[in-house]
Amino acid sequence: MSNAQIEIQLIASLVAIACAIPGTFLVLRKMAMISDAISHSILPGIVVGFFITQDLNSPILILLAALTGIITVILVEYIQKTGLVKEDTAIGLVFPALFSIGVIMIAKNANDVHLDVDAVLLGELAFAPFDRLMIGGTDVGPKSLWVIGSILLITVTLLIAFFKELKVSTFDAGLAASLGFSPVIMHYGLMTVSSVTTVGAFDAVGAILVVALMIAPAATAYLLTTNLKKMLILAISFGVFSAISGYWMAHWLDASIAGSITTMLGLLFLTVYLFAPSKGIIAVMYREKQQRTEVSLLTFLLHLKNHKEEEERHVNHLQEHINWQKVRSKTVLDLALKNNMIHIDNNIVSLTAKGDEFTSLAIDYIITNEDSQIEDMKDDFFLFRG
Amino acid sequence: MNEKIAVKVDDLTVAYNYKPVLWDIDLEIPESVLMAIVGPNGAGKSTLIKSILGILKPIAGSVSIYGKPYEKQRSLVAYVPQKGSVDWDFPTTALDVVMMGTYGSLGWIKRPRQKEKKAALEALEKVGMLSFKNRQISQLSGGQQQRIFLARALVQNASIYFMDEPFQGVDATTEIAIINILKELRKAGKTVIVVHHDLQTVPEYFDWVTFLNVKKIATGPVKDIFNDDNLTKTYGINYKVSIQE
Repeated sequence: MSNAQIEIQLIASLVAIACAIPGTFLVLRKMAMISDAISHSILPGIVVGFFITQDLNSPILILLAALTGIITVILVEYIQKTGLVKEDTAIGLVFPALFSIGVIMIAKNANDVHLDVDAVLLGELAFAPFDRLMIGGTDVGPKSLWVIGSILLITVTLLIAFFKELKVSTFDAGLAASLGFSPVIMHYGLMTVSSVTTVGAFDAVGAILVVALMIAPAATAYLLTTNLKKMLILAISFGVFSAISGYWMAHWLDASIAGSITTMLGLLFLTVYLFAPSKGIIAVMYREKQQRTEVSLLTFLLHLKNHKEEEERHVNHLQEHINWQKVRSKTVLDLALKNNMIHIDNNIVSLTAKGDEFTSLAIDYIITNEDSQIEDMKDDFFLFRG
Repeated sequence: MNEKIAVKVDDLTVAYNYKPVLWDIDLEIPESVLMAIVGPNGAGKSTLIKSILGILKPIAGSVSIYGKPYEKQRSLVAYVPQKGSVDWDFPTTALDVVMMGTYGSLGWIKRPRQKEKKAALEALEKVGMLSFKNRQISQLSGGQQQRIFLARALVQNASIYFMDEPFQGVDATTEIAIINILKELRKAGKTVIVVHHDLQTVPEYFDWVTFLNVKKIATGPVKDIFNDDNLTKTYGINYKVSIQE
C-alpha cells in the first residue's frame, strides 16, 4: 500500500466514526431525515465561507457552514410549529431551498471558484491526500485528515462527557427536563455536532455519503443489540468496515470510492436485516412459524383435555372438526408425540401425565391473563420446539 | 391547622398556540396527601403537572415547591410520565431505565456508580421486578413497564411524586401493587399527585382530590368534596356516581 492509500483509508475511517456517533442518536430520535437536510443545506454556508477564506478546510468555513445546518433545523422546527405542515414536509421545503441557493452561488462564480456541484454531492476522497497541511515548511499529512481528526476528538469528548444526558433526553425528554437536563440544549448540541461533522466530512466524502455514513451503520447496529453502548460500538465498527472494504472495492472496480463505501453500507445492512439473530427477517419468519405450530399444539391439547368422548379424540377428527389441513395436523401430532404430551391407541389420542400437567398450567395462565408465562413454561416442558 | 403546603400554584395560565388549556389555576397541595387529579379529556391534567415541573412554560402565574421555585427544588420531586410518551424499543434494559432516576442527584457529566446501581436494584425489588432487571424494555408487558417507571421514581427518593396516568393499560394485580406502594409513600410523609381516570376508584385509592376542567373546579379531601355536584361541574353532564354513600 502506498502512503496515499493508507491516508485515504484513514480519512474514510475517521469520517465513518465521526458520523456514526451522532448518527446513532439521530436514528434513535427518529430524526434520520434531518441529517439529509443538514448535509444539503450547508452548501450555501460552504460557498460563502469559501468566498471569505478561499480554503475548503478552514475552521471559519466549517463553523459558517455548520451554522447553516443549525439554521436549517430551526427553520424546519419553525415551519413545523405553525401546525400547517408535518415535519417531513417542512424538511422537504427547507433544504432544497437552501441547497439551490448554494447551487446558484456556485454557478454564478464558477469561473473563479474551485468548487463544483459534483464534488459537493459525491466528494473527492481520492484527491484528499494531495492537499497537505504544512507547518513551518514540514508536511504533517493531508489537511482533511487533520480536520476530521479534530472534529472526531471533540465528538468523542462530548459523547463521553454527556453520554448519560444524551441517553436520558433521547429516551425520555420529559424526565430529562424534570431532572434539569434541558432537552433543548441536548437537542441543539446534537444538531451542532451533526452539522460540524457533516461539513468536516463532506469535503472528503460528499453530501450523499455523509448521510449514508450517519444513518446506515446506526440502523444496522439497531437490529443487533439492545444496549446503547454496544449499538454505538457496532455502528462505529460497521462504518469503519464499510469505509475500508469500500475503498478496496473501488480500487478493484476502478470506481468511485464514495459510491463503493455506500454500496458496502447497503450490503451490510441488507445482510443484517436478513440474518440478524432476533430482529432479522429470517429469524422473525422462523419464530412466527414456530409460534403458529405451538399455538396449534396448545389448542389441540386443550381440546383433548376438554373432551373425554372418543369420537372427539380420533386422529381424523383433527382434520374434520378442528378444520386443520392434513399437513398441519400431522405437524402438530408429531410435535405432541415427540414431546411426550400425548399417546395414540387405535387412532384415539389421549394426554399423557406430562401433557395433562402442561395443559393445566397453560389454562391457569390463560385464565389469570399471564399468557407470557406460557413462553417460559415451554422451556421446561418442550424437548423439541415447533 | 398547621399543615405544610408541599405544592403551591398561583394564577397559572398555560396556552397551546394562544388557546388556553389551563386558565388561572390556584392550587395548594398539603404535605403528605395522596391526591388524584380528575377531569375529562383535554381538561389540562397532564399540562398542569408538566407546568409545575417546568416542562411547559406557562404564559402567566407561578409555582412553588415548599415555598421555592421548582428549579431550586428539583431534588425533592420525582416525575412519572405517561407510559406512552417514550419509545419502548429504545436499546436499554429495565435496570438502566431505573438508574436514570439517579441522574438528577448526580448532576451533569458525573456517571452512576455502585451506589446508584444498588439503589436502583432496591427500587426494582420494591416493585417486584428484580428478576427482570436485565430484560430489554420492549420485552416487558404494559404493567411491568409501569412498574419500572415507578421504580425509577422511587430511586429518586423524593418528597413529592407526580404521576401521569400510572394505571393506564396495566392489569389489576399491577394496579393494586402500585397503589399499595403509593399509600406507603404517603404514610412515610411523602406527597403523591396522580392524574387519574377511573372515578370509581377515587374514594378507595385517594384521600385528596382536585377537579380540573381548564379551570380548577374544586380541591380538598375526598370525603368532603368528592360528590355529584363537583362531578357534574367538572364533566358537564349530570354525573351520578353510585359509590357515594
